[in-house]
Amino acid sequence: MTAEEDISFYGSRGRHKGVLSWILSTDHKRIGLLYLTSIFGFFFVAVIFGVLMRLELIAPGRTIMSAQTYNAVFTLHGVIMIFLFIIPGIPASLGNFILPLQIGAKDVAFPRINLMSWWFYISGGTAVLVSLFTGSGPPDTGWTFYVPYSIRTGTNVTLAVFGVFLLGVSSTLTGLNFVTTVHRLRAPGMKWFRMPLFIWSLYATGWVQILATPVLAITLLLLIAERLFGFGFFDPSKGGDPLLFEHLFWIYSHPAVYIMILPAMGAVTEIIPVFARRTIFGYKAIAFSSLAIAAAGYLVWGHHMFTSGMSDISKAVFSFLTFIVAIPSGIKVFNWVASLYKGSIELRSPLLYTVSFIFLFSIGGLTGLVNGALATNIYVHGTYFIVAHFHYTMFGGTAFAFFAALHYWFPKITGRMYREAPAKNALLVLFTGFNILYFPMFILGIEGMPRRYYDYLPQFHRDHLISTIGSWILVAGLIMMFYNLIRSVFKGDTAGDNPWGGSTLEWTTSSPPPHENFKEVPVVTGGPYKFR
Amino acid sequence: MPGPGLYFLVWLGLIALTALTVIAAGAGLGAYGALTSVSIALAKSVLILMFFMHLKYEKTLIRALLFLPVITIAVIIGLTFFDIGYRY
Ligand SMILES: [Cu+2]
Repeated sequence: MTAEEDISFYGSRGRHKGVLSWILSTDHKRIGLLYLTSIFGFFFVAVIFGVLMRLELIAPGRTIMSAQTYNAVFTLHGVIMIFLFIIPGIPASLGNFILPLQIGAKDVAFPRINLMSWWFYISGGTAVLVSLFTGSGPPDTGWTFYVPYSIRTGTNVTLAVFGVFLLGVSSTLTGLNFVTTVHRLRAPGMKWFRMPLFIWSLYATGWVQILATPVLAITLLLLIAERLFGFGFFDPSKGGDPLLFEHLFWIYSHPAVYIMILPAMGAVTEIIPVFARRTIFGYKAIAFSSLAIAAAGYLVWGHHMFTSGMSDISKAVFSFLTFIVAIPSGIKVFNWVASLYKGSIELRSPLLYTVSFIFLFSIGGLTGLVNGALATNIYVHGTYFIVAHFHYTMFGGTAFAFFAALHYWFPKITGRMYREAPAKNALLVLFTGFNILYFPMFILGIEGMPRRYYDYLPQFHRDHLISTIGSWILVAGLIMMFYNLIRSVFKGDTAGDNPWGGSTLEWTTSSPPPHENFKEVPVVTGGPYKFR
Repeated sequence: MPGPGLYFLVWLGLIALTALTVIAAGAGLGAYGALTSVSIALAKSVLILMFFMHLKYEKTLIRALLFLPVITIAVIIGLTFFDIGYRY
């Protein structure tokens, strides 16, 4: 053993010094942390936009901003949250860090492409932020960039859309990298059905990223071409079809919700067996349900277009197909709960965040059925009900699982332990704030409050007020959680290599891991969850 | 693993097929013209995938994965056109 192998990856900085040793590194762990910090940087920008929106809506009429500013704020909130936070989210940050460790590899298959994907990400993010301050005003189309408005508006849509295009390239490259890594770089003995389920979910996600993201990229290029050169892809007066844009957009953006949620599901599947001290219930069912969700996700995009003038037969077909997705999702939820049954449950914060995830995601998922059924969809389409639904799935679902995973892998990434009590208190505040913020939106939606409106009738005032107060509580929870984590990066107690008693490969190496992950290549002889 | 000789042969084959496309285009096949050129293009892509992209030397699993994008595109185009078919 040489001294080189004893050093953690923070010590082996490669050819460059200082910041360059990070932004030019091809080490998947450094790139994962680059992503993690940049993703949460953008997350906080979008949180500020969200809080400003809620502040504007605290009372009817103008409160703190003009209607045009409000349009820009909700657009940027959506664009940043979707394309810069939640889509790269877990795979690019924790996935990058953990995937090679969990399959016993030294790095991902294409380390340079990995670094390139981060540069695409940062360039795309910068373009989106620059679009705020240049041209004739920030984009005001909503994150979906629907035609014909996105073609006609004078605001800076072209630059923002180009930024999102770059983000799409970044996401595709990450998916390509992960799929190849899983195929090629598994440690000896790591058969397909010995892979941890987080890997299965990243694998399924990788395929969605490869196959769906190019559709978005092409669609956005068509939109740019139409704006700059007046092509008529989507403009009916030139023989185009505005519904074609909606089709193309949702062909990507529905599968994209599985890019967002699948890795989150994978992460909680890692956490549950460890804190229940019990092997996962239904390993193969969970693995295949990841693939099934990824596959079925391609068949349902039309459920975003039920009121757009699509043909009636298509509506019925898309509605039926949408209900099919509930089956693999249900399989996962039941298997998680069954894995907890009769376990020796240790209620540490990763598990508590996970249980919150299951609760909130179930509300989000079940209200999805209301949106997916044709008759009820007509009633709630374009209302706050939809806003509540996707915040329960994306924030209550993906982001809560992200937080759970962040706590779970924190000791592996930093070598230190966060403080347990503040983490639990933060969750309590987060969970309370979350429900106060978003649950009233279900009621507002059923009462008929349309989404994206700047102003509203006095009858909606009470629920909007409650919701805005919830946003303050939620932000307090976020600050508490991140303060605890960031403080613990520097001042936390030393964690040890395997503080949770986990049985997947990442826990067999040191915390933080050395540059090449393992002292010697691990040999795998059994399944991933060796508990009871 | 193949040597340069094989690559050269495949390249010659591709050139020959291109020549065939040109000839077929001038042969006045009418409605079958498009079908002919698409079939030739398909044969060319199979050659490229098999030899230049090394699919011939891969396991069945990797070869099977080739069909994922094909199926995806078929589904996407199918469902979109399904709507358009009933809309007008
Ligand atoms: Cu959808």
